[in-house]
Amino acid sequence: MSRMPLPYNPKIMDLFRNPKNLGKMEDATVVAVAGNPACGDMITFYLKISDKDIIEKAQFESYGCAANIATSSIVTEMIKCMSLEAAWNDITWKRVVEEIGGLPDVKFHCGVLAVGALKRAIRQYFTQRNVEAPSWLPKEHTFEEKQALEEEELAKTLSKRLKPEAEKKS
Amino acid sequence: MVENVKALLKLHEGIKHEVYLDNENSCIVPQEVVDAMLPYFNKTAYGNPTLTHKPGWEAFEVIMNSFKKISKYIGAKNLEEITFTPSETEANNQAIMGSCFAQKGKGKKIVISEIEPINVLQVAEMMQKYGFTTQKIPVNNEGFVNLEKLKEAVDSETILVSISSVNNEVGTIQPIKEAVDIVKAKNPHALFHTDASDAYGRIPLNVQNLNVDLATLSSYKIQGPRGMGAMYLKSGINMERILEGQIGTQKLWPGVENTPLIVGFTKASELAFENFEANTTKMRTLRDKLVDGIFNELDDLRFNGPKGDKRSPDNANVSILRAEGEALTIELSLSGVYVSSGSACSRRLLQPSHVLVAIGRHYSEAHGSILMKVTRAHTEEDIAYVLKVLPTAVNRIRGIVGSTGVD
Repeated sequence: MSRMPLPYNPKIMDLFRNPKNLGKMEDATVVAVAGNPACGDMITFYLKISDKDIIEKAQFESYGCAANIATSSIVTEMIKCMSLEAAWNDITWKRVVEEIGGLPDVKFHCGVLAVGALKRAIRQYFTQRNVEAPSWLPKEHTFEEKQALEEEELAKTLSKRLKPEAEKKS
Repeated sequence: MVENVKALLKLHEGIKHEVYLDNENSCIVPQEVVDAMLPYFNKTAYGNPTLTHKPGWEAFEVIMNSFKKISKYIGAKNLEEITFTPSETEANNQAIMGSCFAQKGKGKKIVISEIEPINVLQVAEMMQKYGFTTQKIPVNNEGFVNLEKLKEAVDSETILVSISSVNNEVGTIQPIKEAVDIVKAKNPHALFHTDASDAYGRIPLNVQNLNVDLATLSSYKIQGPRGMGAMYLKSGINMERILEGQIGTQKLWPGVENTPLIVGFTKASELAFENFEANTTKMRTLRDKLVDGIFNELDDLRFNGPKGDKRSPDNANVSILRAEGEALTIELSLSGVYVSSGSACSRRLLQPSHVLVAIGRHYSEAHGSILMKVTRAHTEEDIAYVLKVLPTAVNRIRGIVGSTGVD
């Protein structure tokens, strides 16, 4: 029931209509996803990272509402040419909401999820190369990562409550 | 916030064709209905119908005529059985709360289907605060209530059963007569309420033949003005009113009757019933064209609810896989096509339509659903325009999704 009035601002609408950095990246160094279609929003982030740990390119794909699409897109813009350390420390969901010119309250989780996906991608970059995590990368999950996990857990619970496939007919 | 809305509306400038298909949530009131209402604001019958002067008597006469007409359209025994309420929400609240309070002492169980509209579901659940219990009857994959389970659920404690005549989201026409017979056979004292908001004016509806005790009607769902509804209550049934106020012309609703809206609702009813067969045939034809067209143009779809004569003629509900509903409603709006979605995306609860989940749809299928209802005012050109715009919108949104979430 998308019945709540959602007066998206012009920046969100612009990124919804003309998303920047959209699409799969074939030569991505790291790919990370957050969210679940069962919850109505899911984001894939593709990052191309240089030897010096600089984000050269960032792209996204998004299953979600206009706010989800816009926040994903703006995160890919914000992190371009940033070092991983700077991206990790500077990009918080609050900054994303600020950068996009404000989100309706019920849409804050879209910003949270976008940042969750980014933090995952950064973490994954180090694990997948099998190198020791730098000192600026905490072992503890950040707020955004926890939120993404919580949503994915919820998706599992929701799926369990569904009726068995056998009862269905298309 | 308001500035944002201005900018949003600006994005819609230059739209050449508009098709309003969100008749689940509001409607376009036809000009002849508006024209019928206008004199009652300031030319005649502007008085309070309970008062002893000319404008009051005029209002009383108009309202009595409306009672007569509405009672005729649903086959009520007399006009006393109709109460005008300020929308179907109030009618459902009155029907459920009022009959439970009036039956207190006879039992405490309320039985509803799991796909009742929110203004039945939440009222029935709220009654638990007052010591009543609520049991929900499951439906099958097309939304039909499981009559065996209904039979099991109704017992000597049951005071009220509430099942909609037509489901508002997936258009399922319930076997109300059979359900009433089952309920009354198990417990003749249990009352039967049906929310007929989505049946009135779209399928034959006769409260005496159905043998229901209570029914709810909605004005806007037949292109009457918003803010008007009615409740049918069979003569002789005990009922407590839930609103208190002055003594009015109606036993169950205290207040000053909104004569223009009552006239508008009555006029909309006349228009729906005057050419009932032609109207419903037109809706069915346009609806089928719309649905067939969508299935011809796009892949990876699910049709929600039953097909054929067990479905309300106005309702189309399609899940578009690999697309999120809220994004789709916005994309379509920018092209002048207005629909609603069962997506949860506007709610932190992350819960999509309870109806789609109840008929066995996956959550991702429910999030990608769009609900469209045609009216007799729609044209072939409207449907052709929707079929032109929709595939483009879906393909763009699917382009953003890419491979995300695809197993």
